[in-house]
Amino acid sequence: MELFELTAHELHAKLDRKETSAEEIVRSVLGRISKVENSVSAYMTINIDEAIIKAKEIDEYIASEKKITPLTGIPIAIKDNMCTRGILTTASSKILRNYIPPYNATVVEKILQAGAIPIGKTNLDEFAMGSSTENSAYKVTRNPWNLGTVPGGSSGGSAACIAANEAILAFGSDTGGSIRQPASFCGVVGLKPTYGRVSRYGLIAFASSLDQIGPLTKDVTDAAIFLNAMAGHDLKDSTSVDLPVPDYRKSLIDDVKNLKVGVIKELLGEGIGSSVKKSILEAADLLKKLGAKVEEVSMPTLKYGVATYYLLATAEASSNLERYDGVKYGHRSSVADDLIAMYYNTRREGFGPEVKRRIMLGTYVLSAGYYDAYYLKAQKVRTLIKNDFDKAFSKFDCLISPTAPSPAFKIGEKVDDPLSMYLSDIATIPVNLAGIPAISIPCGFVNDLPVGLQIIGKAFSEEMLFRVAYTYEQNTEWHKRKPKL
Amino acid sequence: MKYEAVIGLEIHAQLLTESKIFCGCSAKFGAAPNTNICPVCTGQPGVLPVLNKKVVEFAIKTGLALKGNVAKRSIFARKNYFYPDLPKNYQISMYELPLIVGGHLDITVDGKAKHIGITRVHLEEDAGKLVHKGAAGLKGSTGSLVDFNRTGVPLMEIVTEPDIRSPEEAKVFVQELRNLLVYLGVCDGNMEEGSLRCDANISIRKVGQKELGTKTEVKNMNSFKSVQKAIEAEIKRQTEMLESGERIVQETRLFDDTTGTTTPMRSKEEAHDYRYFPEPDLVPVEPDRKWVDEISKTITELPSAKKTRLMKDHGLPELDANVLTDDKALADFFDECLKLYKNAKNLSNWMIGDLTAYLKAKKIGIKDINITSAQFIEMLNLIDKGTISRNSAKGIMVKMLEGGKSVNDIVAESGATQMFDENDLIPVTAEVIKNNPRSVTDYKGGKEAALSHLMGQVMKATKGRANPEALKTLLVKELRK
Repeated sequence: MELFELTAHELHAKLDRKETSAEEIVRSVLGRISKVENSVSAYMTINIDEAIIKAKEIDEYIASEKKITPLTGIPIAIKDNMCTRGILTTASSKILRNYIPPYNATVVEKILQAGAIPIGKTNLDEFAMGSSTENSAYKVTRNPWNLGTVPGGSSGGSAACIAANEAILAFGSDTGGSIRQPASFCGVVGLKPTYGRVSRYGLIAFASSLDQIGPLTKDVTDAAIFLNAMAGHDLKDSTSVDLPVPDYRKSLIDDVKNLKVGVIKELLGEGIGSSVKKSILEAADLLKKLGAKVEEVSMPTLKYGVATYYLLATAEASSNLERYDGVKYGHRSSVADDLIAMYYNTRREGFGPEVKRRIMLGTYVLSAGYYDAYYLKAQKVRTLIKNDFDKAFSKFDCLISPTAPSPAFKIGEKVDDPLSMYLSDIATIPVNLAGIPAISIPCGFVNDLPVGLQIIGKAFSEEMLFRVAYTYEQNTEWHKRKPKL
Repeated sequence: MKYEAVIGLEIHAQLLTESKIFCGCSAKFGAAPNTNICPVCTGQPGVLPVLNKKVVEFAIKTGLALKGNVAKRSIFARKNYFYPDLPKNYQISMYELPLIVGGHLDITVDGKAKHIGITRVHLEEDAGKLVHKGAAGLKGSTGSLVDFNRTGVPLMEIVTEPDIRSPEEAKVFVQELRNLLVYLGVCDGNMEEGSLRCDANISIRKVGQKELGTKTEVKNMNSFKSVQKAIEAEIKRQTEMLESGERIVQETRLFDDTTGTTTPMRSKEEAHDYRYFPEPDLVPVEPDRKWVDEISKTITELPSAKKTRLMKDHGLPELDANVLTDDKALADFFDECLKLYKNAKNLSNWMIGDLTAYLKAKKIGIKDINITSAQFIEMLNLIDKGTISRNSAKGIMVKMLEGGKSVNDIVAESGATQMFDENDLIPVTAEVIKNNPRSVTDYKGGKEAALSHLMGQVMKATKGRANPEALKTLLVKELRK
């Protein structure tokens, strides 16, 4: 086995036993990148020199301090909507084509403190708006399982680089499924933590009340280790929650006996592919066999999820994206005679079509005369969806569903059909609206493309998700399959 | 036709906190451009606001002083509009649920008490400042620069009920409110520097009519006087329009201090749709009762109470009490002095007379002088004892104010103590008598006025130090010899 093929916990064990060095790991991953990146296009920026320098520093540190954290020397890919001081951060948008942040996102600061090595910045749908990474203004990332299909989105670059072994761990961000859906498409593990579990400071905002940073990893153990490192209250983020962070590794228990698992009826019905449905029902059967009590549960409000989401997320986005105006940083149009023309031309040239569509939709939603009918009503429906989850969690320890209605679709297949693209997040969106955590893990293959199982828990029940996901993983082989590149 | 004006005010006060409302940058005025800035207040991608607790405390303090209700739950909203001095292109401001609801401030105009209701007090962030190259304004400039030092400086907006009926009342209200804010220590009250700004909503209606007329909003009033002048001008304009059969248009108007008139800025149709919605990056403000109680304990004596006390307990006339309470620093100094000195009226005379005249001439405040209340009282005591004369004390006071020396040192240096002793006065008196034979003859011939001339000569020779009583006795005695 090459070093780049290993998980973070396996590499940590090797480092601990002095069987390898941070520099060897980084060189192995960089070697892998140089071999496959041309076909995958997962990265926006690769920090080759900085990563090697940093690895040498870490090796010196390991030699002198002898104490290492689970992330020491581990190469981590960072989605390009997270600010990295001194490193180009574009959100895959033309409007930030030259933006070099003067500060680090809190999560970046945390992994640096832990001794991890930022290996590069990954491609995404512009401002995380999309489900295929095709909305990047720069490049199309390809699914390592089939280079003709999309990796999902918006964290497509991060998911693809984990699947292709181009990084050991990767940060994703999830507003409506942007970690879980690409995890599902790329056959990796992706967790969207509870809203407030991880600081959003330094995450370029799409929809502030829904955005959450989380891990994309090769297995469930790495997801737990990575969440340990990024979770916690942050004084710079008022919406981060001041609750102690448990050691998530302790919830990696191979046991689901007597756990009550609900299979969401509405997410196995219309619009869900039959082979995907089959994989999910097989997963449910396995959990039952392992001792869980599995029952169907009906959640009638979930069908309003996508509509509610596209009112609220776009409303917040229209405001969050106002700061890109050519005045302070980023792209500024060179053809403008006055201020208004400068604003218009800068934004016309700087934003891609999907971002413009959402800004217009969101602006409309918040406009005088429409606010009550759209924004306020959507907030009320959001509460109903939350209530539906609360009700379900009074009966169940966790809920399961497919992560996405289908496996990865072909590049170009849905770009002209935004509605069908939006519907690919039908199973993930309600989770963001409710602010609760969910994990996607590999649970099968359809036509050699991975299928993801979504496990949903109540707020701050990440331990429950890790336990169920770990048990499933220990009793299946799906996560061991790797794409041939 | 007789009309009455209906006026409501919106007052923006910059709060005197050390740091800005949503980041740790200094909120101080006057630093070099773009030195008090950080990723948060320059609206970098990915940053988040964090509410400064002190800002909430100051607003609650103000709300309590205005007898308003502290809302159990208030929330910030985003007010969206594009302007280069607003880095995020939205301003974080309270909208539907303000921090303080209700309240009132009672003022006195022409001896009559008047109750002005407060609608609400809420918090928001200030914008930056545009600087235009090569011209005073945008017009004719070659380029524009933006200074973000002021971006995120905390602002408190106080909105009144439409209870104000005249320009004079508006002016007095702003003055009294300013006093209150300065007393609370939450705002420096400087209208010229813009730390206190005022907008007015003005409409007129026939006397006796119930319904309100169409209102206009007048902006850009930078002093108490311009508040009064702007409202006068707008009432006059509206009256003339109605009298000539025209209709008032709802709009925002700008006051020009040099012409004394208001001109249209934007019509109702041109008004922004600010697309307000709750700020998702902040959590609701929910001050607990205990904290509010603690804040209420930090409120010290307010101007109205101080004025009453000075009149009732210390017997000062209303004029004195007004002048003293209008300047908190002066009033504080007065109170300090009162602890050491009983004659309040004499103290007041000195403070609002010679001391204030000196401060005005130097264009400084009482905080800028370097003598203590104890030193000031020492001077008054010396006058009362007769050690120095009232007249020489004036010069001594100036020396004290300028040099920071104690009165005793100055008196000792200049020898300014009065000459009581006959033995000290005899030589100089003898000299004057010798040199003024005509006055002596006149006096002896019954001309009393000649005595004054002789006294004047002695005073001149002693640089005013001769004690008048002692001198007069001595002179009469000598002349009768």
